Amino acid sequence: MIPLGLPEPTAPALTTQAPDLDYWLLSPLLVVFAVGVVGVLVEAFVDRRHRRLTQLVLALAGVGAAFVLTLLQVGSLPEQGAGVGVAFATVAVDRPTLFFQGTILVLAFISLLLIAENRDGESAFAAQAAAVPGSEEERAHVLAGSQHTEVYPLVMFAVLGMQLFPASNDFLTMFIALEVMSLPLYLLCGLARRRRLFSQEAAVKYFLLGAFSSAFFLFGIAMVYGYAGSVHFADVYAAVGAGGAGVIEDGEPLLLIGMALIGVGLLFKVGAVPFHNWKPDVYQGAPTPITALMASCTLVAAFGALLRVFYVAFGASVWEWRPMLWVVAILTMVLAAVIAVTQRDIKRLLAYSSVVHAGFVLTAVVAASADGLAGAMFYLAAYGFTTIGAFAVVTLVRAPEGGAEAGDLAQWAGLARTSPFLAGALGLFLLAFAGIPLTSGFIGKFAVFEAAVAAGATPLVVVGVLSSAVTAFFYVRIIVLMFFAEPAETAPRVLRPGGLTGTVIGVGIAATVLLGVFPGPVLDNLLPQPSAEAAVGTQPSGAGIVPEDMFVR
Amino acid sequence: MDPMNYIVLAAVLFTIGAVGVLVRRNAIIVFMCVELMLNACNLAFVAFARMHGGIEGQVIAFFVMVVAAAEVVVGLAIIMQIFRTRRSASVDDASLLKN
Repeated sequence: MIPLGLPEPTAPALTTQAPDLDYWLLSPLLVVFAVGVVGVLVEAFVDRRHRRLTQLVLALAGVGAAFVLTLLQVGSLPEQGAGVGVAFATVAVDRPTLFFQGTILVLAFISLLLIAENRDGESAFAAQAAAVPGSEEERAHVLAGSQHTEVYPLVMFAVLGMQLFPASNDFLTMFIALEVMSLPLYLLCGLARRRRLFSQEAAVKYFLLGAFSSAFFLFGIAMVYGYAGSVHFADVYAAVGAGGAGVIEDGEPLLLIGMALIGVGLLFKVGAVPFHNWKPDVYQGAPTPITALMASCTLVAAFGALLRVFYVAFGASVWEWRPMLWVVAILTMVLAAVIAVTQRDIKRLLAYSSVVHAGFVLTAVVAASADGLAGAMFYLAAYGFTTIGAFAVVTLVRAPEGGAEAGDLAQWAGLARTSPFLAGALGLFLLAFAGIPLTSGFIGKFAVFEAAVAAGATPLVVVGVLSSAVTAFFYVRIIVLMFFAEPAETAPRVLRPGGLTGTVIGVGIAATVLLGVFPGPVLDNLLPQPSAEAAVGTQPSGAGIVPEDMFVR
Repeated sequence: MDPMNYIVLAAVLFTIGAVGVLVRRNAIIVFMCVELMLNACNLAFVAFARMHGGIEGQVIAFFVMVVAAAEVVVGLAIIMQIFRTRRSASVDDASLLKN
């Protein structure tokens, strides 16, 4: 039955040598992984009373250490070439990787502070997730002051996946990273202390849709594997250039299907229209600190992976994927902005705002140039800090009774009279989202739009600017509501920011202003500058050339 | 037999799974359909590995199985939790989150 003419499977020569792993370059990943594992052991062996503190110190120390290691690695990148492939070149360590990993670690550190916030023994998480909401069992756990300290190891595993996602240099590693990142997040979404039905529903929706999209991603990988005969990005790139691996005649459709399906999987994680439906529901239902983690870190990681897939693996078929991303970017910027105007819940509104921002970053991806890459990197970092700050403010404004967060925007009316500082902070974050000058949002938008224009995507930028105008409308509406409207009948209870939440808001404000006023040091050093003679030789390219020398190949 | 037939079979299975996710209402069935999609991917990987004469595709299939198992653990926990709360696993009943 075995057909003739097929190549016989060749078993790789058995080697007695252990694979050569560069532990130094893998150390940020290993540290976070180790802390996650130790966290699980802490759950088993440490007394209940000391667990929270132990877990928190471990997690913060782990993320902090990983960040320092990532910074140190920037100096150890080789002079020649973009970076190094580690562990059989399945993990790429280059400047974009290190930037994304560093950003993710900083944002995760800040999110951890928000996750750790504890008021009168009440965290943002359910006392006992397994207890049915409203049952006797749940009440007993609340009275006993139970806490889910498992949250911290789960966050560490999610962060591990996020670090690996933009670094993965082949599709298998990327798929594993995607799952390692997503599975803990599905669980974390369902752990909210209040409005537990919302939270559980968010978890189910996120899980089913997330699993659905990763199945698409995986089938896309299978198609690309069929076309290229390998899932390694460099091999895929070479195969695309050579027109297929030669085993399958006329394999072009396989590549196109694969590219589209992989795009679906990644655009789902990014939350671009038409794959955005999960975002408002999940952001609203999840515990707000987890929403902050997802809105910042997951977005950075997903865009890091998206950039690597389209710039490195599919770098030779820009003309195939560019139209697809054009359409998605336009749909995202237009539809999400319009839907956002009708939202009445602050978390849903921020979710749609996150969708719109994903559209803006996509314009930079479409540019397919070094400027586009740098613009996207800056935008994501700036947006991450601002969005964590905004969600931190959301955690403080509670409904008058019951202690749940006051989601309804009507309750936010006149907030500035009772708590001017909080309203001012949120006002600043919203202005940054809108892209007002002197905030990081303006510089970010300027960078991505400039890159898109340089690459000849002017219509896209026009759509983007119009969409910005629409979004500015509803951001300003909230500011007007907070500062100039009469307070609502049922004024919300505003909690005094504790040390942790206060720090988060402070860092958010500082980053938003600093990156807005002094963007130069960051923006100019994101990527190695082209040397002077090279800059003279190439005119500002209208075609948009995928930046080959920025990534490991 | 041409290995390409297996690719077609994989595509058919994948489509059945995808349609199932979209039309079925029980969260467990939806989840089973997702698993069907993952297994269709495995079939495609193994068939392509045969065509290319390498073992990479077969190795990937093992990884996918492990991931699918991990997904079952997380997925069933989440679905069980919502079932205990609502006494229903229908994805239509869970519709509190709206505009």
